[in-house]
Amino acid sequence: MSEETQTGPVLAADGRPLKQSLARSLRNQKLRALALIAPLLIFVLFSFIWPIGVMLFRSVENGEVAETLPNTVAALNDWDSTAGDLPPEAVYQAFTEDMVVAIAAKNHTKIGTRLNYEKTGMSSMFRRSGRTMKKWDPETDGPFKEKLIDVHDGWGDIETWKTIQTHSVKYTNGYFLNAVDMQRTPEGAQAQPEEKRILVKLFGRTMWMSMIIMGSCILLGYPVAYILANLPARKANLLMILVLLPFWTSLLVRTSAWKVMLQQQGVINDVLVWIGLVADDARLIMINNQFGTIVAMTHILLPFMILPMYSVMQTIPETYVRASKSLGATNWTTFWRVYFPQSVPGIGAGSILVFILSIGYYITPEIVGGTKGVFISNRIAYHISSSLNWGLAAALGAILLAAVLILYWAYDKIVGIDNVKLG
Amino acid sequence: MAALTPISRKPLSLVLPTVAAFGGFFGTFVGASNGSALFGILIGAALIASLAAFYILVLKNEQLSRWLNIALMGVLGLVLGGIPGLVLGALFGWFFGWLIFWMYEGRYRQHIHPYLTSGQVLWHYTFRVICGAIFVFLITPILVVLPLSFNAEDFFTFTPEMLRFDPGGYSLKHYRDFFTSNEWQRSFKNSLIIAPIATVISVSLGTLAAIGLSQSHVPAKRAIMAILISPMIVPLIISATGMFFFYSSVGNFLEGTLGMDKTFVGYIKVILAHAVLGVPFVIITVTATLVGFDRSLTRAAANMGANPVTTFFRVQMPLILPGVISGGLFAFITSFDEVVVVLFVGSASQKTLPWQMFTGLREQISPTILAVATILVIISIGLLTAIELLRRRSERLRGLSPS
Repeated sequence: MSEETQTGPVLAADGRPLKQSLARSLRNQKLRALALIAPLLIFVLFSFIWPIGVMLFRSVENGEVAETLPNTVAALNDWDSTAGDLPPEAVYQAFTEDMVVAIAAKNHTKIGTRLNYEKTGMSSMFRRSGRTMKKWDPETDGPFKEKLIDVHDGWGDIETWKTIQTHSVKYTNGYFLNAVDMQRTPEGAQAQPEEKRILVKLFGRTMWMSMIIMGSCILLGYPVAYILANLPARKANLLMILVLLPFWTSLLVRTSAWKVMLQQQGVINDVLVWIGLVADDARLIMINNQFGTIVAMTHILLPFMILPMYSVMQTIPETYVRASKSLGATNWTTFWRVYFPQSVPGIGAGSILVFILSIGYYITPEIVGGTKGVFISNRIAYHISSSLNWGLAAALGAILLAAVLILYWAYDKIVGIDNVKLG
Repeated sequence: MAALTPISRKPLSLVLPTVAAFGGFFGTFVGASNGSALFGILIGAALIASLAAFYILVLKNEQLSRWLNIALMGVLGLVLGGIPGLVLGALFGWFFGWLIFWMYEGRYRQHIHPYLTSGQVLWHYTFRVICGAIFVFLITPILVVLPLSFNAEDFFTFTPEMLRFDPGGYSLKHYRDFFTSNEWQRSFKNSLIIAPIATVISVSLGTLAAIGLSQSHVPAKRAIMAILISPMIVPLIISATGMFFFYSSVGNFLEGTLGMDKTFVGYIKVILAHAVLGVPFVIITVTATLVGFDRSLTRAAANMGANPVTTFFRVQMPLILPGVISGGLFAFITSFDEVVVVLFVGSASQKTLPWQMFTGLREQISPTILAVATILVIISIGLLTAIELLRRRSERLRGLSPS
């Protein structure tokens, strides 16, 4: 541009300054790209991220008591639960007023169910009292203290009122405390009684079994990935089918196959009896326990380990191995000092993938795990569909989600989410 | 691979102990099932070693020896274990015939480097055997299901009739059951309604977004990518829990406020839930295909006067179609195979095939499940073939030689 003599800003063809024109075109490009992404982004935000948000909100939300029994909650504010006396008549009066409204709206059983999660027996107490109390008139029929205790002894128990008072807050940490085997009490967070402590153990078991599954996937996946990466392409592609076919086969097909294989009258036991390794009356118990879950899930998740390992091992140049051997290294040294370090990223990627998938598994443990081989996800499903303690299910889900997000972050650091490959 | 190493015959002092060791190993099992494992080892080793010596020293004819071995072992199997024994015996006969001459002629050295020591050769084959065992582990459960689905009894196990290859032991009744039972047919139909619609939604939105994401100037690209991929990362049970809360209120709104039909709303809920689960697969495969897409083609098209829509459908789409279709297949299989979300979000009238199988496995065990499983395995073989063909086509289009 040595002949350029013009001193002002460089102009584009339409007479605008070039800089401005370029900026405008860049802006247009960005807008066009965003316009293409927007429909999907909105769809995912609306139907995936928002539901997850709803779940997180559910795990702390606790409006039932405060909304259904507003007067009682206000009256209980003045009552000191530590003094050891029953609440004054005003509380019973307020409670009757609330209950009469709630019974008319058929809300009293809901709150009974809610409080039953915290103290067993509350549900039937509310239902039984409701049948009698619906005939009462809060204006004229007082005083209510004795009448209520007549209806059900529970109203004369100081613990009942303590429970109502403790769980009357709008947002609670109660579900999270329950999720780690603690409970919310007037005296602060305390450990659950011994026989109710199962969830921390279940979290531990989920982690521990996922580790075992991950470990066995590494052990079984590494040789296969190695041989696939080192065979001539035509043979490797043929063997790859044996890896991809299980990968593409329906999860339920594979789970039912393992049920067929592992049960006491199943294929493995039949073969072992036939070749005489096991006596017919001492067939191995391999299903409905941890062994069943570990075997079936190792099989199901193995392709997720092999595929990332394979794609990393494919990039390791064979010349390095030959160079190391010609420099006098033994087979083992060549593998351990030259080949293995280069394959570590593949192991890392596969391990995190398998671990993330495994700690959230539900279907397979449910079918082959019995009671000893189930994961935390089975507990979540139980609370959603059977016990209906949705707050606790949401809190368990939130803890699990946090664990997965940490792992996901690690995965992103190690592998990068853009490098996820399929098939 | 061509022969690397000249081969020579090996001395009997190597061949006989090796085949005897194999004979002893398999003899253990035959012996154990007939009384004494130790006896089995000795007989097996002695039998195989003497057979090998006989073939090598007396017969001196490989073809004849191998056929003779198959026949001999087959008869032995028939005596010990009936018809299944005959089949197994013949297989072992073939194996040992091959093994004896493979060892004796030194063929095991043929395809490996000449400088390897004996130990390295031994490890080479041991490693192959280990890998073979892992492949067997991978594929056996799937293969076992196929014959069992033709069981004439209502069992999940092989009956004696099946092992004797008695035609009476096999039947198509579980397939008939699947095709005539209302429950199974309804769930199959539900799967065929839900999965394709969900796939269409995720493919159309996903392809557009992938094209947007592949442009060079996208603000907050990583964050957007993370959000779009998240349905694949978040464990299904958590997604299902969140969707359970969310779609119950959406359902109430659609039914209560807009007055829609309950069944229709149920389908909408399940389809939307499945569509979002399929999105990451479409994004990943289409972005991967776009990496190899030559941008100057769209510019050339624009240069010649094509508008962006024409450019997209006539130039870009045909080239990225393999990626789009394989993403679509992933999305389809995700929805077609999904249980947890449909279990939480759907109601009984949206029962899909996997849901029906899940209840079947949990409650009453009927071999109809195995017939369905066989059909699904065949479907997945079809899908696998389709993906493989697409991959080759895509590599050809991009000027790479398919491997």
